[in-house]
Amino acid sequence: MTETVSIAPAAAPKQSSNSVFSHAVYVVSENPVTGLAFGLFALIALCALIGPYIVPYDPLASDTAAALQAPSWKHWFGTDQLGRDIFSRVIVATRLDFIIAITSVALVFVMGGFAGIAAGFFGGWTDRVVSRLADTIMAFPLFVLAMGIVAALGNTVTNIVIATAIINFPLYVRVARAEANVRREAGFVQAARLSGNGDFRILLAHILPNIMPIMMVQISLTMGYAILNAAGLSFIGLGVKPPTPEWGIMVAEGAANIISGEWWIALFPGAALMIAVFTFNLLGDGLRDLVDPQRRT
Amino acid sequence: MLTTIGKRLLTVLPTLIGVIIVTFLLTRALPGDPAAYFAGPAATKEAVEQIRVSLGLDRPLPEQFVRYVKDLGRGDLGNSLSTGRPVVTEIVSRLPASAELTLLGLILSMVIAVPLGILAAVKQGSWIDHTCRIVATAGVSLPVFFTGLLLVYIFYYILGWSPAPIGRLDAFTSAPPNITGFYLIDSLITGNFETFRASLSQLILPAFTLGIFSLAPIARMTRASMLAVLASEFVRTARASGLDNRTVIITYAFRNAMLPVVTTLGMVFSFLLGANVLVEKVFAWPGIGSYAVEALLQSDFAPVQGFVLTMAVMYVALNLLIDILYGVIDPRVRLEG
Repeated sequence: MTETVSIAPAAAPKQSSNSVFSHAVYVVSENPVTGLAFGLFALIALCALIGPYIVPYDPLASDTAAALQAPSWKHWFGTDQLGRDIFSRVIVATRLDFIIAITSVALVFVMGGFAGIAAGFFGGWTDRVVSRLADTIMAFPLFVLAMGIVAALGNTVTNIVIATAIINFPLYVRVARAEANVRREAGFVQAARLSGNGDFRILLAHILPNIMPIMMVQISLTMGYAILNAAGLSFIGLGVKPPTPEWGIMVAEGAANIISGEWWIALFPGAALMIAVFTFNLLGDGLRDLVDPQRRT
Repeated sequence: MLTTIGKRLLTVLPTLIGVIIVTFLLTRALPGDPAAYFAGPAATKEAVEQIRVSLGLDRPLPEQFVRYVKDLGRGDLGNSLSTGRPVVTEIVSRLPASAELTLLGLILSMVIAVPLGILAAVKQGSWIDHTCRIVATAGVSLPVFFTGLLLVYIFYYILGWSPAPIGRLDAFTSAPPNITGFYLIDSLITGNFETFRASLSQLILPAFTLGIFSLAPIARMTRASMLAVLASEFVRTARASGLDNRTVIITYAFRNAMLPVVTTLGMVFSFLLGANVLVEKVFAWPGIGSYAVEALLQSDFAPVQGFVLTMAVMYVALNLLIDILYGVIDPRVRLEG
């Protein structure tokens, strides 16, 4: 059923761009939460872009005279053990967390997306190898596997990105494979083949654009998970090194102070993390309503 | 039934082989030289070489793999480089702590999520439905380590209701005799209610943290599958036959709606086992997760490898159990199998 829904725009692009827009307006107006998600996303993107230039304090500058101060007009989110301004650190951290999530999702989109499309389109051995690989990854509790990968490859931010990409691999393979599989005998694919296009050209130029909408939803849904996962890894001390502002590690730094009552050190980065994940999850649900109204819950 | 289980057991084999290959490859991809680490910073080149030979690291990969599998067969996961103790002993002694925590977390979340999902479906569009939706979305967005810290702040620092997050028991209570390894059960068996109360009070916060985390998928799935079942014809027939609402929902709808929920449990376990590591770190819980984290930070790979393998094997076993359970609940699956 999804086939007819998402193939339709390709058949009549001019008319559909208008209807997609009006559908978008409809979805946002009917579900204001999705509108809120788009707004929050814009805010997060803005913080990631210009955050480091607008913060009031240097995120790395310590001022021991002003250590462990509660939130005030001077320090909106208070200060940590070394007197660093938490508001500045939370804002500056947005960029790093955002970059980790985006690069890992881009990486898995390329790896998982292409492997999945090839598996669904060619079937046979390609399918068996790709599916077996995905199944093997799924046989691990995913966060545990990510820990193992970072341990094996080395304790760096790059490897956190790679580990996050690998554990999301099966999700992308599954979606891309299913979507490519329904389309392998579709009219437009046969027409392309009749016109003399090779397999790879059909894959890249005909099937890929058609499954892009579904893949976009997948990207948005896994962004939140990627941020959570990366923050979890840095919380247990992997990847990001201490003075660098990053949400997960900031929560870890504030963890010891929770039991002595300095709640603000862990609360604000944790809340930022939560809002970011919440935004991407809502955005994913909203995009899904837009692309694939039948899967709405 | 037995043949179905037998067939299902066979499908586990390739998965297990895959898991063992991956955990083996993970350690071989390690950038550091374990032999050099083991020998210590002051060791001579010859000493490092000697250790490399004694660890079998000079052999070709396939031979190392065979050796690894043989060791696994003997239940040998190697020794921790930093403590020198066998990894297996350490994991076995710490496993009950993790298992007790994870299972209690799962039970708590089932007890809350299933009724919540059912109510949300039965009273669709009501405030319960909206609460269910908010809880479900917020639950997946909350970083589990953050929820844990928040609960500690509220219930330990502000309210003072729960003890400090320092592990399974406070300093004044001694551990119950080791029967099952689960403090709650062991203390009940020996009739030591003081220990039972102490360990429950330590356990309740971390278990709730895990519960909140796994609440979302269970509540969401219960609601969705309950809605589908309530709209089906046999429920309409049951209503038309004049059965009261309670019987229809509990006897007819609920039992059928539980099937997809049981399937979701597989995914929930994947999340739970991972989240367990983070929760153990927050609450200083002496389980296998915190053992692995300590080892990880010291680049001590044998415990990490053993931990990843143990977790994967447990996860595969749990999925197997869920599949078998599914066959027990739903006779149709049995017939097809």
